[in-house]
Amino acid sequence: MMHAGGKLDDSFLFTTLENVAEVLRNNPIVDKLKDNEITRKVANWGLTSSLWPMTFGLACCAIEMIATACSRYDTDRLGIVFRPSPRQSDVMIVAGTMTKKMAPLVKRLYDQMAEPRWVIAMGGCASAGGPYNTYSVVQGTDLVIPVDVYIPGCPPRPEALIYGFLQLMEKIKRETPFILEQRKIRGVK
Amino acid sequence: MNRVEKLRELIDRLKDSFSADVQDVSFFRDEFTVLVDRKALFNICRFLKEDPDFRMNYLVDIAGVDYMPRAPRFEVVYHLYSIQNKHRLAVKARVGENETVPSVSALWAGAQWPEREAYDMFGIVFEGHPGLKRIYLPDDWEGHPLRKDYPLKGYKDQYNPFGEEKK
Repeated sequence: MMHAGGKLDDSFLFTTLENVAEVLRNNPIVDKLKDNEITRKVANWGLTSSLWPMTFGLACCAIEMIATACSRYDTDRLGIVFRPSPRQSDVMIVAGTMTKKMAPLVKRLYDQMAEPRWVIAMGGCASAGGPYNTYSVVQGTDLVIPVDVYIPGCPPRPEALIYGFLQLMEKIKRETPFILEQRKIRGVK
Repeated sequence: MNRVEKLRELIDRLKDSFSADVQDVSFFRDEFTVLVDRKALFNICRFLKEDPDFRMNYLVDIAGVDYMPRAPRFEVVYHLYSIQNKHRLAVKARVGENETVPSVSALWAGAQWPEREAYDMFGIVFEGHPGLKRIYLPDDWEGHPLRKDYPLKGYKDQYNPFGEEKK
């Protein structure tokens, strides 16, 4: 194994990814790199260039979300590729009216996503309940999970959703990507 | 003889066979509505389904209505249609707050879900239903939201800060 300032040997070539991660985690050089402004920018550029949203729709906004992913607007050209699993996604788009029955399930899906993760509230209903100030509708996604970007519209056009993604990218570029490791915050097992 | 006159004759026959239980017959825009006693509802529905002239073999929908200040508070409306004879009929029954209606799911299996819906939204209990539980709202929901005395914006909880305070 390679230690800080040590030499590469054969065993390093055939080691597991977990061992590599362990070496990187307890390495003072890597820790110093994480403080570096350029490293931060490169890491953020990587995060913004491959935002993977979860394929998850609640109401009519989901139709507009599908249109955004299809060939006319084509989010793939921005690196936005829809994933069918919360374990593989970075972004949750709450697309549509969230009912009180659905709210615990949205919360569970959010909990199943790995850090770093972001949430886009798409449309009036997901942002603040929309026209449905009624007994069964959650009055805004922020009552259930934290939200990064709100997109107004009923439903928002695909351009608006793409603009929301671009705003999220701008937000991610200002973030500190290694904040969890630096503050020694580990996921609950 | 056109379809409306034919149906009018059939309904007269229904009134003869269930004279005590058919409370009212109304006619509006070529459609008949029969108000029946809730205790005889199952027998009348079975007659309407099995009689060769009526043959109401398609249950279109079941609706609940809340006429709150009135004495028997609720009304259950059954929309029936005959695919062979091409005529339709609405059957109504009045229900009080602590009374039950016989379930017609033994006649039309498709009645199960609309009856669950009426139970979910109005709290009308259908006797003899194989599994009467909520269909739209979560199982732990309190109250029946389409009742007139249920607040329009619901009760205040963690998901709705604008709702009414619970008494």
